[in-house]
Amino acid sequence: MRRGSRSRQRLGALALCGLPLLGFPILGLAQGEWLGWPAGFVYLFAVWAGLIGLAAWIAEGRGR
Amino acid sequence: MLSGFVVALVTMAYFGLLFAVARWGDARADAGRSIITANVYSLSLAVYCTSWTFFGSVGRATSGGLSFLTIYLGPTLMLMCVGVVIKMIRIAKAQRITSIADFIAARYGKSQQLAGLVTVIAVIGIVPYIALQLKAVAAGLDMVFGQSEHSVRLLGMDSTLLVAGVLALFTILFGTRHLDATERHEGMVAAIAVESVVKLLAFLAVGVFVTYGIYDGFGDLFSRVAGHPEFARLLDPDSARSGNWMALLVLSGFAILFLPRQFQIIVVENVDESHLKRAVWLFPLYLLLINLFVLPLALAGLIHFPAGTTDPDSFVLSLPLAHGADALVLFAFIGGLSAATGMVIVETIALSTMICNDLAMPLLLRSTWLKRRKAADLSGVLIAIRRTAIVGILLLGYVYFRAAGEAYALVGIGLISFAAVAQFAPAMFGGMYWKQGTRAGALAGLLAGFSVWAYTLLLPSFARSGWMDGSFVEVGLFGIGWLKAQALFGLAGLDEISHCLWWSLLANLGAYVAVSLATTPDAVELAQAERFVDVFRQTERLPGAHLWRGKASLDEVVELLKRFLGPARAQQQLIHYARLRGLDDWRRLPPDAAFVHFAESELAAAIGSASARLIVANATREEDLGLDEVLDILDEASQVRAYSRELETKQRALEAATGELRAANERLRELDRMKDDFISTVTHELRTPLTSIRAFSELLYDDPRLALAERQRFLGIIVGETERLTRLINQILDLAKMESGRAEWTTSEVDVGAVVRDAMETLGQLFRDKGVRLDAEIAESLPPVQADRDRLMQVVVNLLSNAVKFVAADSGVVRVAVGEADGALRVTVADNGPGLTPAECSQVFEKFRQGGNTMTDKPQGTGLGLPISRQIVEYFGGKLWVESAPTAGATFIFTVPLPAPEA
Repeated sequence: MRRGSRSRQRLGALALCGLPLLGFPILGLAQGEWLGWPAGFVYLFAVWAGLIGLAAWIAEGRGR
Repeated sequence: MLSGFVVALVTMAYFGLLFAVARWGDARADAGRSIITANVYSLSLAVYCTSWTFFGSVGRATSGGLSFLTIYLGPTLMLMCVGVVIKMIRIAKAQRITSIADFIAARYGKSQQLAGLVTVIAVIGIVPYIALQLKAVAAGLDMVFGQSEHSVRLLGMDSTLLVAGVLALFTILFGTRHLDATERHEGMVAAIAVESVVKLLAFLAVGVFVTYGIYDGFGDLFSRVAGHPEFARLLDPDSARSGNWMALLVLSGFAILFLPRQFQIIVVENVDESHLKRAVWLFPLYLLLINLFVLPLALAGLIHFPAGTTDPDSFVLSLPLAHGADALVLFAFIGGLSAATGMVIVETIALSTMICNDLAMPLLLRSTWLKRRKAADLSGVLIAIRRTAIVGILLLGYVYFRAAGEAYALVGIGLISFAAVAQFAPAMFGGMYWKQGTRAGALAGLLAGFSVWAYTLLLPSFARSGWMDGSFVEVGLFGIGWLKAQALFGLAGLDEISHCLWWSLLANLGAYVAVSLATTPDAVELAQAERFVDVFRQTERLPGAHLWRGKASLDEVVELLKRFLGPARAQQQLIHYARLRGLDDWRRLPPDAAFVHFAESELAAAIGSASARLIVANATREEDLGLDEVLDILDEASQVRAYSRELETKQRALEAATGELRAANERLRELDRMKDDFISTVTHELRTPLTSIRAFSELLYDDPRLALAERQRFLGIIVGETERLTRLINQILDLAKMESGRAEWTTSEVDVGAVVRDAMETLGQLFRDKGVRLDAEIAESLPPVQADRDRLMQVVVNLLSNAVKFVAADSGVVRVAVGEADGALRVTVADNGPGLTPAECSQVFEKFRQGGNTMTDKPQGTGLGLPISRQIVEYFGGKLWVESAPTAGATFIFTVPLPAPEA
């Protein structure tokens, strides 16, 4: 079948996991402070960076 | 304070640099060495970050807290759906699509109405967004010069108009430099990538300066907020606004694909699908970096400036300005300018293509002006239309800005545009994945969605600007409460953007699906639906030429190409196409369906698929294929595809089977040859004793008066030969059994030392008769091995009798040794006979190969003893070999492995 469709599917799955992680109600858990920093800020950037890292790993590493 | 001269100089130098990059990119593209790499492509996607990001995000963070991030999280997620993006790119390449209007129109039967409607929606939706860029640049200029109310003037024009003018000029230079409008703009993409880097660096510079220069890092800023409880709410995700949050994720996810400039960059300007592999993470990383300092800047601005004294949208400039960092202010201004310029250039190029192909062309094609100038080259006209459209769009933007710009914060305007292009989503996604979607459905969906958008978002914004009466917002249309524009059917509690998004998408999707299901597509729609939805399954050979039937004349079609592409480019494409079909001269091209298809797709690239279809249909005498006929052809095509797939699978299976058969056949031939060899050798070997038996028998028979002693001698020979014959036959049977695996083996614990002693005992008389000395050196207490005692005995006897055969009488010595080495028992039989040459060392193990010269000497054995011995030893996992040199005697060695020690 199509070449590289496995990494396409993995990326699609990543997007599907990302949607609930980056939205409510899960996002509502990040309230108050974590280690002196605002929890929401830390949570959003951490999840975002994690998604980007995973996407890079899937697209660049496994696709070849 | 920066002087106007310095600002103008730096700005001009920067524009000069961009222009140089673009020229270089174009030159390289013309030379066939594209500079568009995966990284450049990924960076060019950052045209998404406009001045709205650069200035507006901070402003938005001061009121909405973290929700500004949704605008960047949505694209991150959407881009990860790589399959969708690749499908769009694949379709666009196959159909020579140049804009999102063209994409939608081409899918639904190359419909001019649909193309026009999408263009109108895009223009109305995007003009405010362009106004926003002008406003941002003008505000930046005022800030840099410390003025207010856009009072920077030059030659009597206000700064905003000046900015619009410069941008229009720039866009024309960038986007319509080529006379042919069909090619990609590689130079422009390269310039956009440079701009992306500049705006990111500028924003990071301001962020670092404010966060680490003025304050003491993120922690310091966050702890200061604790002293301002009114700002603390900005730091927590607000669950009460979760509906808005999700709406913005969806909205921005659509925007990254359907904003005309994003479609242009992601789809039309894509050089290589594999670039997406980089873009899928590099572009989100870019977004993350450019947003990292937004919240700190917002907090710093709120803490630093007393409430209401400074516009939060300008914090990026006003914070460094307030601390006297003039160079940084200039850098930040260039960054904001970059953001605005990039957006305006790509957006206006995309919109001007749409306006030219989908609004102006249909009018032009119907006009009498065109009919009068039948032979003229129209490619110049096309470029002129595009340039006019660029100026027109920027003028519209300027007018909008003058009339309404001040009423809205930056972020509000941007989201209005996002909501407008989100209306393309049902028709786009449906078009790519749902064959049943029809033109009527798409028209209905777009109209419904657009109307709801206009009623709930655009008109209220007009009302707020004072252009119209706002009663429909306040009390509802005609005073009906549930028609309140921003609380439709009583839906309140959402912000206006989410409110509009949910209602408009509901109307849009509902109308699209309902009308699609209720209508039947016509032939062209059906064919296009097939080509779009099944784009991955289509082969090169099936470009759809088979769906056209009629009569065309080569001259007329070529004439069309020349008119719309310009003579030079038309010629170039014709030559290229002729070569593809294996013709030297394009004038000899047959005017068949494939040629008409080629011409139509060339024209589609220049003037859009809808217009291309119209003019090709006018210039050729196309026979109307009925719906049933198209259905039949498509059905046939998909059947053919299914069959060919099946055939392919079967063929592969067949090839595998053939391979196996060939190997088996090869093996059989080999065995057959071996059998023939064996039989001829065996018969030869049998004939030798038989011949001598017969010869001596005849002698006895013919001569009855033979002396008794003679008679006795002859009978002795006959008996000996008969014995040899019997032995030979027994050994052949033995060997045949072993080779076919039918030999019987009885495996038990065997004391090899005892076996050797027994064998020596058996053959003792033979040695004594010939006067040969037999020495033995058998180690004490050897471990037993697992083997067949009789078979091992056979091996040892064979080796010993061979040895005694070849040593000289009386002086011969045969030495037998049994020992243990390397986990095996080792038996050696050494003699002091004539020895073997290296070649003979291996030959003696071949069947019927005897030691000594068989041509001159009478054979002394059967030639099967050693092969049989080797078979036996190997059966028990051991090895049998000979070490010898001529005149140095021969040493036959065999090993029998000891059982593995039990763990």
